[in-house]
Amino acid sequence: MSSRNSVSSALRLLEGPQTLGKGPGFWAGFAVVLALACAYPLFADGYDVGNNVYFFNWAFMALGLGLIWGYGGALSFGQTAFFGVAGYAYGVLTINLGDAYGLTFFSLVAAVAISALFAAVLGYFLFFGRISGVFLGIVTLSVTLVLERFMSQTAGPEWAIGSARLNGFNGMGGMPSLTIPWPGGDIVLFPDVALYYLTLAILVVVYLALRMLVNSRFGNVLVAIRENPQRAEMLGYDIRRYQLGAFVIGSGLAGLSGVLYTAWGNYITPSSMGMSAAALPVVWVAVGGRSDLTTTLFGTLLVLAGFQYLTIYGSQYALVVMGVLLVVTILAAPSGIFITLGALFSKGLRRRLKRERA
Amino acid sequence: MAILRTEKLDKWFGGLHVTDEVDFTVETGEVHCLIGPNGAGKSTFFKLVLGEHAPSGGAILYDGENITRAKPFERIRRGISVKFQVPGIFQALKVRQNLQIALQHHLQGATLNEEIDRLLEFLKLKDAQDQLAGSLSHGQKQWLEIGMAIALKPKLLLLDEPTAGMTPDETFATGEMVQALNAQGVSVLAVEHDMAFVRQIAQKVTVLHFGKVFAQGTIDEIVADERVAAIYLGEVHA
Repeated sequence: MSSRNSVSSALRLLEGPQTLGKGPGFWAGFAVVLALACAYPLFADGYDVGNNVYFFNWAFMALGLGLIWGYGGALSFGQTAFFGVAGYAYGVLTINLGDAYGLTFFSLVAAVAISALFAAVLGYFLFFGRISGVFLGIVTLSVTLVLERFMSQTAGPEWAIGSARLNGFNGMGGMPSLTIPWPGGDIVLFPDVALYYLTLAILVVVYLALRMLVNSRFGNVLVAIRENPQRAEMLGYDIRRYQLGAFVIGSGLAGLSGVLYTAWGNYITPSSMGMSAAALPVVWVAVGGRSDLTTTLFGTLLVLAGFQYLTIYGSQYALVVMGVLLVVTILAAPSGIFITLGALFSKGLRRRLKRERA
Repeated sequence: MAILRTEKLDKWFGGLHVTDEVDFTVETGEVHCLIGPNGAGKSTFFKLVLGEHAPSGGAILYDGENITRAKPFERIRRGISVKFQVPGIFQALKVRQNLQIALQHHLQGATLNEEIDRLLEFLKLKDAQDQLAGSLSHGQKQWLEIGMAIALKPKLLLLDEPTAGMTPDETFATGEMVQALNAQGVSVLAVEHDMAFVRQIAQKVTVLHFGKVFAQGTIDEIVADERVAAIYLGEVHA
């Protein structure tokens, strides 16, 4: 009985003050979008479907940054550090352990845990050292750039962990894809329809879980810290713990992105932790609207698709366009494009826009 | 029995002695006002009690326990609560959610909602509960913050210029709130400029001057003290 109560009260948190969208209308829309996403492989070539898993791979890092920055008010400019650490960790683990017996999934979990642990140690010094505002961005950016430099000079044969060569600037390859153990032959999740469904399922679970998290008591305190850290502390909350908690969860999600990306392309390079890589998640999250999970998710997918389009069709200026997009967003639509455009049609969003501008 | 006592509390900022070995006591159940001219060290003393500044020397005792080294949130959890001069509320959140965040420490579910409703009634904010806190009038913001402060069920309430920027009517209503809380057993320490408000609420008044306790007594004794009048006019630099 009590367990049923706790399940139903957890489900109630899917809607709340910290998330846009409630009621049958929203969930009907959610079901339609999910159905379309599920139906997509029926109408497309397996190769294309596999390629497009790429877009989902990044969404976790964006949602994590939305949690840390949009909800917690702490701008981390170095989420790619956790992406890279987890990607390399997956490579090292799977190259040494192999892909039998579901060990790739063990490696996935272990690599995410390693990135979360790294975030816990770094975050401890950041938040318990009361580093905030622009300095938080500078320190986190420095960390990711240091990691990029470090990994770039690991070309020599002495840089190997077990049988995994780190390979310096050229990057590490040859790690196995995610592999499901199956009687009569393991199922290898090459970039194809099966990997698409797995990644989509993880994305849906993470999205819904984050909705519950931000509408919980934890989420209440997190937005309170964003609004007024002194007042939050003077209500008896140890705000450092809450900020650290959000940072570890958000960075673990960046790690999940790193693992999924590495397993998808069987490849990871130091430049995944470089300057432009570090800036891009900030652009995705800002353009979509960082103060909400749904706008963050769709903004990320939209900007990624646009970036991909520009890169493929010959433009050398995709990165410049991203920079312009960020500047325009900050000047013209600081709440993100969805909330700004939506405000043209919805009174509730107009109110929200007004208060976010205030 | 003292709810709050400082013993030779001392604070230097560089070469500036802003709090000079202050021995100060708030008795349990008392409404105690702290006054003094600008630069007397009232705000610093307030921040020392809250734990926002670490003292250079001396001790702070709360309810008999030494809290000199306790972190601000630890002091709050022991039963101190504070209302700042500039309303410290969560502007972008609804009034109701502001109170919920203050109350969710110790309450949940139906009891949480009942307590929010009770507080909204007390604060005269029932009709504004679904507004954003940032859209309230200045006086209402002050009340909301008082509400958040008392939601913690404090034993000692610290008020930093609670009536700053209020109309006379709002000031008077605030005084009635403080008296109602005091009648429920809450001890109060208020830093205040408005002497009409001090007269309305204070059972005891302490005057700070150059970081030292300059005078202490009832409001009538303080008003009658010529030396106090003189420091407000800037004649005596004792």
